[in-house]
Amino acid sequence: MAEAAAVVAESLAGYRARAARAVLEQVVLPGEELLLPEQEDEEGPGGTGGRPLRLNAGARSRGRVVCGPGLRRCGDRLLVTKCGRLRHKEPGSGNGGGIYWVDSQQKRYVPVKGDHVIGIVTAKSGDIFKVDVGGSEPASLSYLSFEGATKRNRPNVQVGDLIYGQFVVANKDMEPEMVCIDSCGRANGMGVIGQDGLLFKVTLGLIRRLLAPDCEILQEVGKLYPLEIVFGMNGRIWVKAKTIQQTLILANILEACEHMTADQRKQIFSRLAES
Amino acid sequence: MEGAMQTETKIRAESGIESGPRGPGCSLRNFACEQNLLSRPDGSASFLQGVAEKSRERLIRNTCEAVVLGALHPRTSITVVLQVVSDAGSLLACCLNAACMALVDAGVPMRALFCGVTCALDSDGTLLLDPTAKQEKEARAVLTFALDSVEQKLLMSTTKGLYSDAELQQCLAAAQAASQHVFRFYRESLQRRYSKS
Repeated sequence: MAEAAAVVAESLAGYRARAARAVLEQVVLPGEELLLPEQEDEEGPGGTGGRPLRLNAGARSRGRVVCGPGLRRCGDRLLVTKCGRLRHKEPGSGNGGGIYWVDSQQKRYVPVKGDHVIGIVTAKSGDIFKVDVGGSEPASLSYLSFEGATKRNRPNVQVGDLIYGQFVVANKDMEPEMVCIDSCGRANGMGVIGQDGLLFKVTLGLIRRLLAPDCEILQEVGKLYPLEIVFGMNGRIWVKAKTIQQTLILANILEACEHMTADQRKQIFSRLAES
Repeated sequence: MEGAMQTETKIRAESGIESGPRGPGCSLRNFACEQNLLSRPDGSASFLQGVAEKSRERLIRNTCEAVVLGALHPRTSITVVLQVVSDAGSLLACCLNAACMALVDAGVPMRALFCGVTCALDSDGTLLLDPTAKQEKEARAVLTFALDSVEQKLLMSTTKGLYSDAELQQCLAAAQAASQHVFRFYRESLQRRYSKS
């Protein structure tokens, strides 16, 4: 009876609060409220879903749950603010309830501290470069934020150059600031990106998929041609292969990966490998 | 000198709205004009003819502002551009639905989804949901509501014509029931989109 009622409520698209764990890997819409595991136990059988009490209810870790992108705390519940799939990651070590976030498909980048991005230098004013990173404001990059840069030894950066760096300041209230060195003062791959090559834009979701560990697409692309590739979390990819034709082929494949299924991709790769 | 010119034109424009050239024998709608509003181009002017277009944009904007979490994006302008492909009646409701889907697609953080529903009351008092252009023209009253997805609360309403208080409540209840169908369609459509990846 309770299940029938629950099904009817669901079909009416009514948004009663559901347990976050019950909605994992499903599409969630803005406006839905999610219950964290602690609240779920407290609600008990008399609560929202008529959930039966579990015998091992006490065994769950009751640490702090981190609320990731697409979710906001609303009282003691989580409010979904973006459309996407709800994901959860268990904490690696120590206490904590893990992190919940919404995996959404988006084209517009919002600067986040610690993200590595590709920017285009748009202006040079005194000691600061203004770098376009695709957000609502250009980021500022000081000339001293390069490896081995001193007041006498300035880096060779011109307007129009591509920069690979990370954000040290990125919040909604301040202008984002980026640097091309890590906390130890080493470049670690960051800095001005070399000549030639092609810069193109893809969606943010595709970048996250490509940067996930054991990404099949990258392994297959690597087997095709020798190439240099840089991924920016702001949706920009810079790619360089031996000839212009190969570079363009790689750019087209990566852009098309957004819409292709795994089988279609394998077909295209095998066709290219033959020619 | 330039400042003085601007205010002068503004005063003239404002009085233009009030007096309105709707004198006997004149079939033009009210219009208003403002000049030199933008500083960068050499010249600019804004000309509004008829009040309907401006108010439709204002209604959509107010609905979006109630739902979008603007506090997360200070000093940022969010622009929604709506292009009418075909108008088969219930245009404002269709615009609201399109605006909601576009905001979701862009990843703008929102506190709920919203949808638009149009009701028409004809001369017998029968309620028609989602009227066609012909039904809208012949109706006694046309009411458009914007409802949110969490509790079907009313975000915006705009009405044209004669109706009683009881009829208004009836139309609102019917619109709230109809909005469930729209939200179910949103959910299915978004699930289809995310199932491809």
